Amino acid sequence: MSFVSVFDVLGPNMIGPSSSHTAGAAVIAYLAHKMITPPLKKVDFTLYGSFSKTYHGHGTDRALLGGIMGFGTDDIRIRNSFQIAAERGLAYSFTPCETETDVHPNTVDIRMENARGQVMTVRGESLGGGKVRISRINGVAVDFTGDYSTVIVVQQDKPGVVAHITKVLSDSNVNIAFMRLFREAKGHTAYTIVESDGHFPEGIDGPLRSNPNVHDVMIIEP
Amino acid sequence: MDFKSAKELLALCRQEQCPISEIMRRRECALGETARDVVDHRMERALEIMRDSATQPLKNPIRSMGGLIGGEAKKLSGHAAKGKAICGDVLGRAITYAVAVLEVNASMGLIVAAPTAGSAGVVPGLLLALQDCYKISSSRLVDALFNAGAVGYLAMRNATVAGAVGGCQAEIGVAAAMAASATVELMGGTPEQCLDAASTVLMNMLGLVCDPVGGLVEYPCQNRNAAGVANALIAAELSLSGVQQLIPFDEMLDTMYAVGRRIPIELRETALGGCAVTPSACERCGRCS
Repeated sequence: MSFVSVFDVLGPNMIGPSSSHTAGAAVIAYLAHKMITPPLKKVDFTLYGSFSKTYHGHGTDRALLGGIMGFGTDDIRIRNSFQIAAERGLAYSFTPCETETDVHPNTVDIRMENARGQVMTVRGESLGGGKVRISRINGVAVDFTGDYSTVIVVQQDKPGVVAHITKVLSDSNVNIAFMRLFREAKGHTAYTIVESDGHFPEGIDGPLRSNPNVHDVMIIEP
Repeated sequence: MDFKSAKELLALCRQEQCPISEIMRRRECALGETARDVVDHRMERALEIMRDSATQPLKNPIRSMGGLIGGEAKKLSGHAAKGKAICGDVLGRAITYAVAVLEVNASMGLIVAAPTAGSAGVVPGLLLALQDCYKISSSRLVDALFNAGAVGYLAMRNATVAGAVGGCQAEIGVAAAMAASATVELMGGTPEQCLDAASTVLMNMLGLVCDPVGGLVEYPCQNRNAAGVANALIAAELSLSGVQQLIPFDEMLDTMYAVGRRIPIELRETALGGCAVTPSACERCGRCS
């Protein structure tokens, strides 16, 4: 959604107490959990800025853990997320970092490890009112919000991959709102992030994966 | 159908011959490409959450995460039940509901940000009190929420609703402006009267700082939700009586934003000034030394 909706004003429906420190935290972690194959085994959160100072009183820790387990901002289970994580065998830790100050005031780094031993790191920033931005994936600077239907393609930075992605999307009649390419360095791992107004068709990740230079495809629906 | 200012909104109301709530609803359907019943259903759900959060703590008080608040709504309703309330029925109920929502919010319960979590008590507080006292149907309350949404949208678009940017006047101030406008429509006022009431609120809360004790959304936030309700009611009463305002809502919004940006950073949600650094607050939370 690209306009200020009446439900941006009267909303989000959320577990309190803070839209930035609780709801926004839950959204960041929710987006992160969509980027790794379940089930998760271990998650470590590093908190920066205001998050590092007031995370406990704002329930930022419970919200992050809830989001990682797939709970939405209005899911009352957020309150008991420590207990639920323990029941699910999900190990977790929270580390406030007050030395790195050159970040947005409400920033969190999330390191996830799944049962297969796959590791992924995501950095998110809570911008206020429950709005967020994902600013890093596995150390690569990226930029998307999760407001739109989003496809993240992890690929080798080689010619023709972007053309492949746009062809698959165009064949499926997807209207692209935004599309950007982020990369570590020339020829290394790159991330193509495509945001669309509508939902992506079921199973679109199949054809996207058919190019040998595509390593992984993640789809995040709002 | 869209509008960028209160002036454009009023022009649309005249052109379409309908209240603010209806313009806002049509805007939502058009820009969100969503059917009317879907939009209405979503607002009904918001109202349901508002009602739950405004009433549960009257019976079951809850201690906040930070321990600074809890039990205020029950005290207020108990006081009223003994026939000792001095605010009158509407205001008495409204402040009780408003502080209840903040109790739920501060204890990690489910609320609707309106427009923010810290100001979430004002709009439901006043609207639910009016519903009790004037036997208003829930569908008309849903209309009133669309009206409130129009005012809040203008504040988000043309100013700010973040305490960190504009102080408490941007949170409680805007929430109260939304509640005032919605109240005027609910009680039969014209679109012009709605926005006059919203303008009055911003005028009367201009310059209010954001200074949460311990940096938490608890205190004085809860008190200010009650104060916001009172301000909204006063402004609505003035407007419904036919008192017109010299300064239109668009200009008050610009002024609120300009004043907000000139509020020192210590008084914008950083907990470095105001109530947050009083000796008693520091002693209580043991954070400031």
